[in-house]
Amino acid sequence: MSKPLGSFPGGLKLNGHKKRSTQSPIRKTPLAKTLILPLQQHIGAAAVPIVEVGDKVLKGQRIARAEGHVSVCLHAPSSGTIKAIDEQAIPHPSGLNAPCITIETDGEDQWLERQPVKNFRDMSAHEIRQIIRDAGIVGLGGAGFPSFIKLNPGVHHDVETLLLNGAECEPYITCDDMLLRERAEGILDGVEIMQHALRARNVILAIEDNKPEGVSAMELALAARPQLQNTSIMVIPTRYPTGGEKQLIQVVTGKQVPSNGLPIDIGIVSHNMGTAYAVGRAINHGEPLISRIVTVTGTDVTHAGNFETLFGTPISELLAFAETKRQPDEPFILGGPMMGFNLSGDNLPVTKTANCILVGVDDAAPASEPLPCIRCGDCATACPASLLPQQLYWHSRAKDFDQTRDYNLFDCIECGCCDYVCPSKIPLVSYFRFAKTEIMNQEREHQKSDLARERFETRLARLEREKQEKEERQRQRKAALAASKAKKEKQEQAAAEADTTATENKEN
Amino acid sequence: MLTAIIAITLLALVMGLILGFASIKFKVEGDPIVDQIDKILPQTQCGQCSFAGCRPYAEAIAAGEVDINRCPPGGESTIQALADLLDVEPKPLDEECGVEKPKTLAVIDEDRCIGCTLCIQACPVDAILGAAKHMHTVIADECTGCELCVEPCPVDCIDMVEVAQNPNTWRWPDPSHVQLERGGRS
Repeated sequence: MSKPLGSFPGGLKLNGHKKRSTQSPIRKTPLAKTLILPLQQHIGAAAVPIVEVGDKVLKGQRIARAEGHVSVCLHAPSSGTIKAIDEQAIPHPSGLNAPCITIETDGEDQWLERQPVKNFRDMSAHEIRQIIRDAGIVGLGGAGFPSFIKLNPGVHHDVETLLLNGAECEPYITCDDMLLRERAEGILDGVEIMQHALRARNVILAIEDNKPEGVSAMELALAARPQLQNTSIMVIPTRYPTGGEKQLIQVVTGKQVPSNGLPIDIGIVSHNMGTAYAVGRAINHGEPLISRIVTVTGTDVTHAGNFETLFGTPISELLAFAETKRQPDEPFILGGPMMGFNLSGDNLPVTKTANCILVGVDDAAPASEPLPCIRCGDCATACPASLLPQQLYWHSRAKDFDQTRDYNLFDCIECGCCDYVCPSKIPLVSYFRFAKTEIMNQEREHQKSDLARERFETRLARLEREKQEKEERQRQRKAALAASKAKKEKQEQAAAEADTTATENKEN
Repeated sequence: MLTAIIAITLLALVMGLILGFASIKFKVEGDPIVDQIDKILPQTQCGQCSFAGCRPYAEAIAAGEVDINRCPPGGESTIQALADLLDVEPKPLDEECGVEKPKTLAVIDEDRCIGCTLCIQACPVDAILGAAKHMHTVIADECTGCELCVEPCPVDCIDMVEVAQNPNTWRWPDPSHVQLERGGRS
């Protein structure tokens, strides 16, 4: 076991509220009648359907292929018939609809023939990445970035450390904790594959010290695996947001990931524990990513716990299985209390990035109108990214977006620490999210207007060219006409002259 | 006395040569301020400002001939950006030119299109595809929503529809206008 080498600035000590959902083992959510699968459950381009309405599909069959580089495939979580390919409500803060594939399950849950890899050590890193991409694996910590890209360090980088993120710092969420307790073996399967693919010199499994059961389960599993070399468990202090990638790296290695940089720039690749488990299943068992463990907890949940749930299962069915006091269409939180967002609607499906569903929070503060900022500076003390939230707030509020960029708005990880400590209850993160999406929108518009300008100028040039060509043609035609006219006249003149000579001759 | 005059004359000549050389070598083509203004304008090419496109309007602004508040598609944010660039006071949008509207996209009702090519000729960014007596269609990604194709259509088959948001282009609302209900705090 190794010791953490650093810490990050700011952060909070929060009450974990994790006991409620760790009292019972992971349970399987019953198979739902319909599964709704959004085509985009990851960062990047949406997958493209390769099935049609009415097709019969088997469990694990690919139903949409990856489009472009930053994209992954999508699979049928159970056997059944494709019922629709259309726009459906998705779990997104906008409440907008997006293209989804709907499967009506037949209840047989019949697998497509699985093709496990016998010995992954015989395979090249490229082949492993390809399988992981085809298996639809994305980061299961919450962001949903395609994992195969993070397993490709590129030719210019050496991977010093593969970091497994088991911090799970946000209150209430326990899906990684339960995975560690029950499936440490499976996680290590994936870790071995990842280490092989990345050729990482050492591996650190970082776990917060509020998960002693998880740590001991992992220690046991690790002791039984002498072939995993240079691998150690690091127990890190519980502090929010240690689970943030850059924060965790700072805690574990004492090094900072540069602003606008990636962990690979300092020789580190980090993956979530759940992702490692999914990689192990994909390679060693030939199973694509079709389910995940979702924490269902909160004051209104009767049987809080962790549920292995197929993607596409309506959240309402999951909540019904866990039994809640929630009324139909009552809002719930997707994610944790700090970074999650409110959702309502019963037909929203569980997706690859859904780590927790929270119904009812302990001692929820009543919503109140924000008071003016008193410039106390508490937000700056709490910020784990060393930003100045109050400056960012003023500039976001004034829509002075260039200034927000100068204050490194895009280094904000939206952890919500500043919101939490603000004595005036200003929704700071909402301002930052607003400013970020506005800036991204402006950039999109700029690109579009650049394109429009180019097309406009090209069109003007084309019209000008056409005009010149027309003039040229007219000129040529005129010249030709004039030439033929002159020729005719000449001939006529010659004829006339000949006539006159003839008459003269006659007269003579 | 004479040495001083000769020295100064020589110096003047040398300096003059350097300046002359620099003015040729480092000549700035065009007017950069026009480019900067043009960059801020939304490139809709709609002509609502009474100029034939964004560039001519930018040239007119640079020459100080017109106000900066004649661009309805750009709206308030464009006027603000122009005011910042030119260091003048922002003004409200000139209503004579039009009003700020949500972004729209031209859509051709393909059943009604008779293939007259009039809209193709009207489109300032060549975003309409088609040929004489064949159905036309709008390349949605290239359309700037300028509405110039609506007027010439003899069968009135072009509609301007609002650009639908999708989760990728969706923007968080401004919290100072809408009080967001965020998750409770533990």
